[in-house]
Amino acid sequence: MRGILGWGAYLPYRRLDRSTIRAVAGTGGGTGHRTVASYDEDTTTMGVAAARDALRGTAARPRAVWFATTVPAYLDKTNATVAHAALRLDRTAAAYDAVGSVHSAMGALRAGLDADGPCLVIASDVRTGLPGGADEAAGGDGAAALLAGSDRDGPVLAERLAWASLTEEFLDRWRIPGAAASRTWEERFGETRYTALGLEAFKLALGDAGLEAGDVATLIVAGPHARAARAVAAGSGVPAVRIADRLDGRAGDTGAAHPGLLLVAELERAAAEGAEAGRIVVLLTLSDGADAVVLRTTGALAAHRPYRPLAEQLEAGAPVAYGTYLAWRGLLPVEPPRRPGPARPSAPAAARNRDWKFGLVGSRGEDGTVRLPPSPLDAARHPMAGETGTVAALTVDRLAHSPSPPVVFAVVDFDGGGRLPVELTDVDESGIAVGDRIEMTFRRLFTADGVHNYFWKGRPARGAGQAAPDGEGTG
Amino acid sequence: MPSHGIRDRVAIVGMGCTRFAEHWDKGVDELLLDAAGEAFASAGVTRDDVDAYWLGTAQSGMSGMTLSRPLRLRGKPVTRVENYCATGSEALRQAAYAVASGAYDVAMAIGVEKVKDSGYQGLNAFPIPDDGTQRTLTAAAMFSMVAPAYARRYGVSETEMRTVLARIAAKNHANGARNPRAQFRKEMPVERLRAMPAVAGGLSVFDCAGVADGAAAAVLVRAEDAARYTGRPLLIKALSLVAGDGSGVTDPSYDYTSFPEVAASAADAYAQAGVTAPREELAMAEVHDCFTPTELVLTEDLGLADRGTAWKRVLSGDFDRDGELPVNPDGGLKAFGHPVGASGLRMMFEAWLQLRGEAPPERRISTSGSRSLALTHNLGGYPGEMVSFVSIVGTS
Repeated sequence: MRGILGWGAYLPYRRLDRSTIRAVAGTGGGTGHRTVASYDEDTTTMGVAAARDALRGTAARPRAVWFATTVPAYLDKTNATVAHAALRLDRTAAAYDAVGSVHSAMGALRAGLDADGPCLVIASDVRTGLPGGADEAAGGDGAAALLAGSDRDGPVLAERLAWASLTEEFLDRWRIPGAAASRTWEERFGETRYTALGLEAFKLALGDAGLEAGDVATLIVAGPHARAARAVAAGSGVPAVRIADRLDGRAGDTGAAHPGLLLVAELERAAAEGAEAGRIVVLLTLSDGADAVVLRTTGALAAHRPYRPLAEQLEAGAPVAYGTYLAWRGLLPVEPPRRPGPARPSAPAAARNRDWKFGLVGSRGEDGTVRLPPSPLDAARHPMAGETGTVAALTVDRLAHSPSPPVVFAVVDFDGGGRLPVELTDVDESGIAVGDRIEMTFRRLFTADGVHNYFWKGRPARGAGQAAPDGEGTG
Repeated sequence: MPSHGIRDRVAIVGMGCTRFAEHWDKGVDELLLDAAGEAFASAGVTRDDVDAYWLGTAQSGMSGMTLSRPLRLRGKPVTRVENYCATGSEALRQAAYAVASGAYDVAMAIGVEKVKDSGYQGLNAFPIPDDGTQRTLTAAAMFSMVAPAYARRYGVSETEMRTVLARIAAKNHANGARNPRAQFRKEMPVERLRAMPAVAGGLSVFDCAGVADGAAAAVLVRAEDAARYTGRPLLIKALSLVAGDGSGVTDPSYDYTSFPEVAASAADAYAQAGVTAPREELAMAEVHDCFTPTELVLTEDLGLADRGTAWKRVLSGDFDRDGELPVNPDGGLKAFGHPVGASGLRMMFEAWLQLRGEAPPERRISTSGSRSLALTHNLGGYPGEMVSFVSIVGTS
């Protein structure tokens, strides 16, 4: 039996109120909120955040990691290796990117479900449109990670029963590499093609599984063409109450991440409800063809507690001003400080220190002293990424170079020993004080000469996962 | 620390110091020529009489050729040294030890920095290839963490602390206002300083040292030869340098209310000089006031005030030019700015003027004539990971 062993979802902390768009852009906007990746986040860092949660509480060691996105932080260079290093996966675990389309995210999931041994599938996206455009308001940023494997690797939570895939070449949505926004053909053409493809794939997959529409407990229809998705849902024969919420109002469409994110939402809901085994969930995506996967939940699902539930993340977050959002996306160039920009990190130095830089691994001396960064004189390594700590000293730097000043900075003393002076993120300068609790998050500090400088920052521990009943590992 | 020191074995017999300023029309070469020329004249020597040179510069030039080229030195040993903000003092230390060893009869220590040519605000470190995990915070922000830590530990209210820091800045500006070599020559009232907006933590721009270009130089000989050059030499009593191991940054017991490297170098320097009661014996101290809370804390680390009392002594004016122990009578980094390689020697220049009675009456220290020792101090780096230098010089 092969299926889903675990999951993680990640929504960035910032939310854009769509009603604030029109006042600046003169058009666009709407109601509700979309998620916004912070200036120090990209598809890689968000993918790492989701994957860290997917790996918590499981003994399974992935033998491969797939990373899917439409907005890769790098081309040529594999982004999955960054995630691999941040997650401290085994050297023998393969790392591949599946880059360019929502469709590639489904390909990665399919590869994960077809693989031998545990396979981590990460899908992450930052969706941006031109100011005032439909994609700007409808898009969202986020990531989902699914750990695929068999019952030899751990309890399977949802078993794959069938997969149907239809491929068809037609032009609906496209983007030249480097372009700030997608272009789309007029809506009706894509709607016609996708609706037919979706319904056919749905029928094929159910047929393979020996099921009918009436057996489906939840139908998820993902894909950026919202009208087509609604049409497929309406024509599927599955009652409207069993059609999954696409999270348009509270997150927006997260592109390549969205199929995984919607599946996580459904699995999480079923787990929270203590669902009995045998619930049928169909994930159907419309993107350059159609993919339909039929899953059946197992008895293990009811006992599963996600570390950082998506439902909680949807309710959390803090607003970001539209102008700040535009600046973060590079759509509003802002005056740089009169300070030199940071230098690109050295490739050999980063490679030598990758356990520290990507994995936040310090050292512990024979006297028990924890050192961050690690000392070559200490024999024992000391992983820190899952540690929490307390703010011992704090400052706000309005002079330092930052992609989004001011820099909020703290000296953090960790519960298990060790002190790290570190930049904070996802916090407003007035929202933090000495004594506050801090957790660590993998971020992109800056980009210089086209080199992304990844490292860890602190962020306020806002209670997510603090009450995990099974005391799951701290990853 | 097992140091023996070179007490009374080496004398400074000539000094020079440029005005510290935005020297838009002078380069490193011109600044070096000005400071060296003044020091040569002061000692009554020529460049050829000097056997060896030590040049301190953090990032305005590399190698001894930064000095040998503009001075047209031929066949001379010229060494460039760097030790963060103690760079100028490090040059002095190396030159003094070279003379004490007997290797050379006459040595020059000279420091220079062109800071303003960068086009950036504040001091900016030379980029060294690394893994990108180093902090990129400004020094102002790192030192800003000292003020609330000190206030918390010693029960000083936020308002009182603000006044204490403003009082330090006001003192140094008042001293600088009387000093023609200082960059900023305007008095700043405490109330105005208190009202400045914060740029890093609780610190305003006026809690930070200025930024300037400048150079300063000293000519050193063996003490027994000093009379050949001047009737009023400055004798070197102690030179102490400590480079911390950086443990404060990773040690949860470090609380940002003290700089252990400064305390260690001070204890060593006092032992070298035989000073047991610095508050009574020192005529003055030139200390590294890179930020106002730095000056507050290091007066305690240097033993100029008991722990937890420096803030009261600041308020009562003990460290004013006419107080019981003048600190930064020339205006300090605050009024001079901080051309990194020159600052340590600029401090020594003030000791040179004051101890020899050459400071003009309007800015003479209260202890003039009654005490004969001066202390200079530099630190470089951040709280928890710094280098610290302390010298003690005297006229008898």
